[in-house]
Amino acid sequence: MSEQFVLETRNLVKEFKGFVAVDNVNLQIRQGNIHALIGPNGAGKTTVFNLLTKFLSPTRGQILYQGEDITALKSAAIARKGIVRSFQISAVFPHMTALENIRVALQAAEGTSFSFWKSGNSLNKLNQRCMELLESVGLTEFANTTTVELAYGRKRALELATTLAMEPKLLLLDEPTQGMGSEDVDRVVELVRKAAEGRTVLMVEHNLSVVSKLCDRITVLAQGAVLTEGDYQEVSADPRVREVYMGSDGSGERGGSPAEQAEAAQ
Amino acid sequence: MMSQPINSADVHKAMLEQQKSQDRRKMLLNGALLLLLLAAPFALYPVFLMKILCFALFAVAFNLLFGFTGLLSFGHAAFLASGAYTTGYLLSNYSGLTTEMGIIAGTLVATALGLVFALLSIRRQGIYFAMVTLALAQLVYFFFVQSEFTGGEDGLHGIPRGELFGVIDLSDNMNMYYFVLTVFIACYLLVQRIVSSPYGQVLKAIKQNEPRAVSLGYNVDRYKILAFVISAGLTGLAGSLKSVVFQLASLNDAHWHMSGEVILMTLVGGLGTLLGPVIGSTFVVNVEYQLSQGPLRDWVDPILGGIFVLTVLAFRSGIVGEIQKFMRKNLG
Repeated sequence: MSEQFVLETRNLVKEFKGFVAVDNVNLQIRQGNIHALIGPNGAGKTTVFNLLTKFLSPTRGQILYQGEDITALKSAAIARKGIVRSFQISAVFPHMTALENIRVALQAAEGTSFSFWKSGNSLNKLNQRCMELLESVGLTEFANTTTVELAYGRKRALELATTLAMEPKLLLLDEPTQGMGSEDVDRVVELVRKAAEGRTVLMVEHNLSVVSKLCDRITVLAQGAVLTEGDYQEVSADPRVREVYMGSDGSGERGGSPAEQAEAAQ
Repeated sequence: MMSQPINSADVHKAMLEQQKSQDRRKMLLNGALLLLLLAAPFALYPVFLMKILCFALFAVAFNLLFGFTGLLSFGHAAFLASGAYTTGYLLSNYSGLTTEMGIIAGTLVATALGLVFALLSIRRQGIYFAMVTLALAQLVYFFFVQSEFTGGEDGLHGIPRGELFGVIDLSDNMNMYYFVLTVFIACYLLVQRIVSSPYGQVLKAIKQNEPRAVSLGYNVDRYKILAFVISAGLTGLAGSLKSVVFQLASLNDAHWHMSGEVILMTLVGGLGTLLGPVIGSTFVVNVEYQLSQGPLRDWVDPILGGIFVLTVLAFRSGIVGEIQKFMRKNLG
């Protein structure tokens, strides 16, 4: 019955010393969808991400991946199952080159990661694939650049390429466009669209024009609980969603309801 | 967006070229260093040189953990001492053992102790990790103070140097020197290999961004434990060698002061560089020796402390690190 859902949570709860950060969340992510998790600041979006990847342990509830209970697995094991996440702040290895960043991800599948006696040159056979991935995000010329020297948008592109190197079945993106100028945002939207081919994506996103362009399904969180779920039309028409975004005094978090924001952006 | 006329094969080729020329430079440097060390005992007192080599090995081992894995252990004296005591006790009490067997036994004991330390401490982060390793090392220290076989406050004296493989007489300082040098070079090359190996890449990744390494599917604790155990084993080897060279194993080796000294050596030489710990230990051992000969002999610790503060404040990358920075800036 749950076969059509890649990822499902059942009554997921996370409490921090009496404060309920995630309150009985039931998510159902369909195979092949780009699913967005939106909501005002403090709604618990990133906490949900941390629970799904076990960077935090849930207080109660269940997480199912392809019908299998993965609630008890550790972070690294979840990643090896094909659920790979990105982070809100760009997660790169700053003092490695762009190519090495990706190679570390590819290396995980090689089975030589404990081989401390092997020559580093044994990794060169992965370089070809690294270059392809770098090319797919437009970073070819920076292959040999130390990552710390890359511009912010490029770091995020590199992070995405590294995540894709893992061949994830389910991609969890935590605010992929955060802190970007509009030009970079367009590029990331294209990258995510490309990355989502043949995959399922769950993303936390603040930028509603991005959500409206990319996402098939949207879950709105408010104060740790699911407020509503639906496609973009349904969600943006919901008066409760307008309310949490507008706030009681009418001053919107990002200047307007989701629909207005999206219109303004288009 | 414009498509760029950059060919990925060209970029890759240029990169491999650069890698090759770096490897060549590394070989050249290693060769020059080797010649220097081979010739050194003809100009300098071999026992003094051996002291430097033992401490250099200690620092190289420590740097594998601190510099390349990002774990600051404040308990490495425990491994140095357990190597020294094991080797010293065995060689003193079992005349049938050849020297290398005693040294191997010391190394194995330190390795095993390293595994115990690692399992107990690896899940702690930062300062907590340092404190747990310090606490465990203090336990080991008190064990050595109380135990019979260590000779307590007196330590073990007159450990026989014996014969290597039952053939080469190590009481001859030149023979001893070349034996120590061989072991040192083997370990140095091993660490160099480890750092550039596939495993070394993962260590680098863990050091630079641990959550990201986890999200790429790496069980980071296991990688850290392996690094800890290798580091402890090599440290034990340094202790074993030291006990044979000086024919002495004492509580000095186990004292937390020793754990601090190796941090000093590594930082002064250059944390996370291969040659740094070697240069750092050479520097510190020399400063200690020179000062102890002169009118400033009571000022050794404050002066070393000052050097430490200066390094941390002004030359964060250490001697080798600063030279590397300078070369990169001026020579492309």
